[in-house]
Amino acid sequence: MTGKSSITLPAILVSSLWLGTVSAGEAVEGTAKADKLKSCVEPTEVMRRDHFEFIKHQRDLAVHQGIRGSKHSLAGCVDCHARKDAEGKPVPVNAEGQFCDSCHDYAAVHIDCFSCHSTVPGEK
Amino acid sequence: MSKSNDSGRRDFLKKAVVASSVTVAPGVILHTLQAQAEPRTTPVTDKVRWGMLIDTSKCAEGCKDCVEACNKENGLDLVDKPEGASEELWERQRPHWIRQVKLKDNMTGMLTNLVMMCQHCEHPPCVDVCPTGASFKRVDGIVMVDRHICIGCRYCMMACPYKARSFIHADVAAKLTHTPRGKGCVESCNFCVHRLDNGQTTTACQDACKHQAIVFGDLKDPESPVSKALKKYPSVQIRADLKLNTGVRYTNI
Ligand code: HEC
Ligand code: HEC
Ligand code: HEC
Repeated sequence: MTGKSSITLPAILVSSLWLGTVSAGEAVEGTAKADKLKSCVEPTEVMRRDHFEFIKHQRDLAVHQGIRGSKHSLAGCVDCHARKDAEGKPVPVNAEGQFCDSCHDYAAVHIDCFSCHSTVPGEK
Repeated sequence: MSKSNDSGRRDFLKKAVVASSVTVAPGVILHTLQAQAEPRTTPVTDKVRWGMLIDTSKCAEGCKDCVEACNKENGLDLVDKPEGASEELWERQRPHWIRQVKLKDNMTGMLTNLVMMCQHCEHPPCVDVCPTGASFKRVDGIVMVDRHICIGCRYCMMACPYKARSFIHADVAAKLTHTPRGKGCVESCNFCVHRLDNGQTTTACQDACKHQAIVFGDLKDPESPVSKALKKYPSVQIRADLKLNTGVRYTNI
């Protein structure tokens, strides 16, 4: 226990140094667009089970058929589910404990999508 | 070709371009088009073939506007030099969707500037050699890489006669939402496909060219500016001997 808190302290110092420069700080609950909405783009229980089917289908539609504006777009998930820090900066949606990480970490799912895809809401 | 003949041709293209800018009206009508532009909801079709005409005589010495606009639009300016790579290596390996090429006629010494990008071939060699099907031609003529399928083997880079493709050698920290990118895949000009699919009708390079050296549009629509210009004015395919039927054509080479 004591060992753990002595590791966390420098980590907080480092992240507060970064605030306002490169990286976003601690995510504030309730700051994602999704936090103000009732339902996901499909019924929530369906999303819970099948979200990857929707995104992967959308991926092929977008790249091969040019249909990008769908409600199943990956950019859309990020846009709605990413939270902000205390200064209003978006926190990466796949950062530790954030929306796309929380269950995946628990279920030991590893996705590589965010090595290419932006993890914060985009320019519009 | 004699001088008078040449200037006659140039006047011809000027007229063609003036006529086309009435239809396209860069700056004015385009903005309203963009404001109303809607993302497409139906699949692209082969009723359209996107293409481009580049007038090398208008491509000005020292001007980099199109390249810079392309880099910005497609997030290429966000790709950093890998740690430890030399400047020289980086210049060779950094992603380029447009390259600037200088041609010199050794007999006369005449210099021609031209921009070279993916030529969007009807019969693309990059697609022929791709072992995974990542390199593909969309039905509307755009040759692209599906980076979800690309394994980074780079056969396509070897096969391309135009040196149009780049490989991403290292992780990419910052990317734009509309242009994802990461280590280990090949990429090249896709005619700003995200713009076209969202209902826009121009490419970033074309918009940036104040000399109007680039005309872009639908080759299958006889009324499109690019079709009209191609009809009126003699143009060439680079390496026409390969019979690839390129979607990018040049005048005044
Ligand atoms: C317009 C906003 C919006 C978009 C876009 C959106 N979501 Fe959601 N999503 C929500 C909301 C709101 C909830 C919570 C609903 C609830 O509490 O029942 C939710 C819930 C979920 C859940 C269930 C979470 C849980 O804790 O059980 C998953 C999984 C999910 N979304 C994934 C996605 C994916 C993947 C995408 C992209 C294809 C996406 N969402 C796009 C708003 C959105
Ligand atoms: C190697 C880089 C790379 C990786 C890894 C990657 N993508 Fe993509 N993805 C792209 C590119 C590039 C595009 C845009 C293609 C275009 O514009 O034609 C894209 C487009 C998409 C789209 C359509 C645009 C959107 O936002 O909806 C979806 C959906 C998508 N990818 C899903 C995924 C998923 C899911 C994963 C992980 C399983 C993934 N991608 C991994 C490069 C990548
Ligand atoms: C409610 C928990 C939960 C949330 C929230 C969640 N996922 Fe998942 N995701 C899972 C589970 C569980 C799996 C594995 C399912 C399986 O393998 O059957 C998975 C799998 C995936 C896969 C497929 C992985 C593969 O290897 O095929 C993708 C892609 C994916 N998720 C994307 C996302 C994105 C993007 C978000 C954030 C917008 C997100 N997920 C949020 C639970 C979640």
